[in-house]
Amino acid sequence: MQKGTKYALLMAAIPFVTLVFALPLVNRIQPLVLGLPFILFWILSWVIMTPLILFIAYTLEKKFNAPEEGDEE
Amino acid sequence: MNSALIIIFATIVFSSLLGIYAGRKLKMNLENWTVGGRRFGIIIIWLLMAGEIYTTFTFLGASGWAYSKGAPTFYILIYGALAYTLSFFILPALWKVGKRYGLHTQPDFFIKRYDSRPLGVVVALIGVFSIIPYLQLQLAGLGLIVEEASNRAISSHVAIVISFILTCAFVYTSGIRGAAWVAVIKDIMMVLAVAIVGIGVPYIYFGGFGKMFRALMEQRPHHLVLPGATAHMDVLWVMSTVLLTGLGFYMWPHVFGSAFSAKSAKIIKRNAIIMPFYQIPILLVFMVGFTALLVIPGLENGDMAFLALVNKTYPTWFMGFVGAAGAVTAMVPSAILVLFASILLAKNVYQTGFNPQASEERVMRLSRLMVLVITTFALVFAIFLPQELVFLLIFGYDGVSQFFPGVVLGLFWKRVTKAGVFSGIIAGIGIVVLLILGGRDPFLGLNAGFVGLIVNSVITISVSLITKPSVGGFKFSTKE
Repeated sequence: MQKGTKYALLMAAIPFVTLVFALPLVNRIQPLVLGLPFILFWILSWVIMTPLILFIAYTLEKKFNAPEEGDEE
Repeated sequence: MNSALIIIFATIVFSSLLGIYAGRKLKMNLENWTVGGRRFGIIIIWLLMAGEIYTTFTFLGASGWAYSKGAPTFYILIYGALAYTLSFFILPALWKVGKRYGLHTQPDFFIKRYDSRPLGVVVALIGVFSIIPYLQLQLAGLGLIVEEASNRAISSHVAIVISFILTCAFVYTSGIRGAAWVAVIKDIMMVLAVAIVGIGVPYIYFGGFGKMFRALMEQRPHHLVLPGATAHMDVLWVMSTVLLTGLGFYMWPHVFGSAFSAKSAKIIKRNAIIMPFYQIPILLVFMVGFTALLVIPGLENGDMAFLALVNKTYPTWFMGFVGAAGAVTAMVPSAILVLFASILLAKNVYQTGFNPQASEERVMRLSRLMVLVITTFALVFAIFLPQELVFLLIFGYDGVSQFFPGVVLGLFWKRVTKAGVFSGIIAGIGIVVLLILGGRDPFLGLNAGFVGLIVNSVITISVSLITKPSVGGFKFSTKE
């Protein structure tokens, strides 16, 4: 596996950890954040963070992986 | 004639004409009809995929669950983000294989990778069986929305017949390109409707989100944490369900197939990055469901919460706008479902299974004929037997998810074999059917499809390790 792919997979693990495996820890209403129950706030924040996380994964892949044929526009 | 009626009717007709117009200059061969000549750029791919994913069911179901079940509805917000994250790795690899071998459909991939026509036919049949009830659900949603929004001026049957025939007309003429163009109208209207209502109703009745939530917590303190108002949709159920639906998401034959229509692997990768933004409107849909629970409690059918609250709050013409948005929101996914069910039957059941020598023109003609056949059957079912297929729906997601090991291992692991994938899929489907029919879903708190997928993966891997690898003429990378 190329180094960039490895880093990208590590980034991709973040939404799975926060949005699946952390759920038992965040299943509560208090504290309210921005008027939202805590569980909804938590889920929403990580969903909104996902594009940023994937963008970083994209950048890492580009930086550390050898360019592959068929990757051009 | 009321204003709602005019708005709904005009939108349906205009969208269909646009869909027909979309294909006017193209010579319709299989490549153009199914995968848009592999020429779609990032905007159109984004709208097309959003068009497939955000269906009437998202509209009515997400608010309905917020209303009747509470916190378990949050799973809808989660699984998309997981699916897009996975698609960042899977779809570009899949696109390259599709381009190299000229693949159009999901069974095409299985046939090429595992060098097995029977496997292709089985995958095609499971795909069609999962698509048909999903299509029924879209039609039922469409009928419901239009009937409610027009204040019963248009009956649900009339709405279904008119809009579905028009939908099938643009599928027939323009294929996936028609669906992609109509998706533009659909997305603009749906996002507008959801934004206006989702921000509007909590503000109108309570003065904002925060106050609405506080009122809800006072009245029903357990509604907003798992398992909400349900008995068994607890944390474990949500965890297994989001994993199953997140993994299964791109295994739907129509979503899988649309990935081939991108212009390049890079486009499809960038698309994965921006897809999660499309989850934000779902939050607003939840707000509508929660507000409805406070303002109009006691509805018999929670799925009506969205429409009932709009009806109570806004003028007739706006109800018409919501109805029109709901109608196109059903038409776009219906179009793509019909398209892929047709091509699966023509290409992967008829050609692969019975007549490998059939020419491409013949398969194309047969696909179009299948559009007419499926349209007719779907309408007959929607009107005369609306309840008969509903039970199949629960199998849909659980069924297509069983393709996951075959696709992902097939793309990235040379050792996985035809025998492994075949036995894995059969075992996975078998477990799902047994659990659901035996009334054991959820099983030990886990989603039945998820249990099937675990068994499936274990069997796929172990059988692959004891059978001889065969990849036929399949190459994993351009470098080999």
